[in-house]
Amino acid sequence: MIANYGYKDGSGDYFIVIDTDKCNGCKDCVTACPYGVMDVGPDENDPLSDEEVAFVTEAERKKIKYTCAPCKPMTNRPPLPCIAACKQEAISHSW
Amino acid sequence: MVGKAELWRWTESRWTNPNLDWKGKLITSGVDVGSVSSQAVLLADGELYAYSNMRTGSDSPDSAMKAINWAMEDTGLKLDDITYTVGTGYGRVNVPFSQRAITEIACHARGGNFMYGPSVRTILDMGGQDCKAIHCDERGKVTNFLMNDKCAAGTGRGMEVFADILGVSINDVGDLSLDVDKEPQPVSSTCVVYAKTEATGLLREGWPKNKVLAAYCSAMAHRIMTLLERIGVEEDFAITGGIAKNKGVVTRLEKEVGITIMKTTDYDTQIAGALGAALFAKALVEKGKK
Repeated sequence: MIANYGYKDGSGDYFIVIDTDKCNGCKDCVTACPYGVMDVGPDENDPLSDEEVAFVTEAERKKIKYTCAPCKPMTNRPPLPCIAACKQEAISHSW
Repeated sequence: MVGKAELWRWTESRWTNPNLDWKGKLITSGVDVGSVSSQAVLLADGELYAYSNMRTGSDSPDSAMKAINWAMEDTGLKLDDITYTVGTGYGRVNVPFSQRAITEIACHARGGNFMYGPSVRTILDMGGQDCKAIHCDERGKVTNFLMNDKCAAGTGRGMEVFADILGVSINDVGDLSLDVDKEPQPVSSTCVVYAKTEATGLLREGWPKNKVLAAYCSAMAHRIMTLLERIGVEEDFAITGGIAKNKGVVTRLEKEVGITIMKTTDYDTQIAGALGAALFAKALVEKGKK
């Protein structure tokens, strides 16, 4: 499942995209994120499955533009910690 | 103001399947407590037996109770007869008699799959306060989704606001908006609050109501299109939720997407979430998950 967590508002699209088919629930992204945006648990959109996958925490979904901003400087942007940590290459950002 | 017509108020409804007897069957239910409307759906052995569709009050547990009681009205069913209940929607954790809460994304995919058949690949739920674009497989399992619940643009609440300021019944908005000789420019703001200001300005300029509605429905369709572009539209394409009943938006969206949107007369499009929840309830009983 391609899970788009985030929102679109007047200023743009802010989505963290997680490919749950690639995700193995290793929690590397949870440890890597300095702001607690990521978490791992049962897939709430696939209630009949028992597999644990990564998701963006409910509390952060509506403000990732701001929470993720420190990891996204305007110039010399280093690789994002969550994306760099994911060996499965399951995470991407829309902005 | 005393006696002021509540034009935004859409018709509440309930229905019982006349050809079904629930006795001796497995009864599961789904309750969708949304931001604007609440629905309860009862299934007997997986067949649609009864449903109710009403406005949500300020108290979620109370709204859930009212919805299920209305659905059970005159059927002889009692809460104890229901084996498993799944709650969904904004108030899903506040359904007191439910055994489990499931996201409305999963439920709309499942419900849409039941309503429109296994060929549905894209489901757009236009609810009271958010908009969800969902891709699903032939079993109604979510394969891709996007939810926009930060902004009310392109939602039922926005439409209610417009019905109210224009003094038009919400049920007539779609037809009236299509009754224009030439499609006007859409209102430029996607924000409901600004769009309302813009509409008031247009009315003062002398625009007739139907033209203003056309401009708003068209802006809504466009706004939804930009959301859909993120995940793409795969045929067959169906809409659930209250806005599916608004021809003005649906027709314009069809034009923007270039795909015919599936229609149903068999089901109330607003019950999709609760229907999906009831189907999950049945699946969970069968899976032995209590």
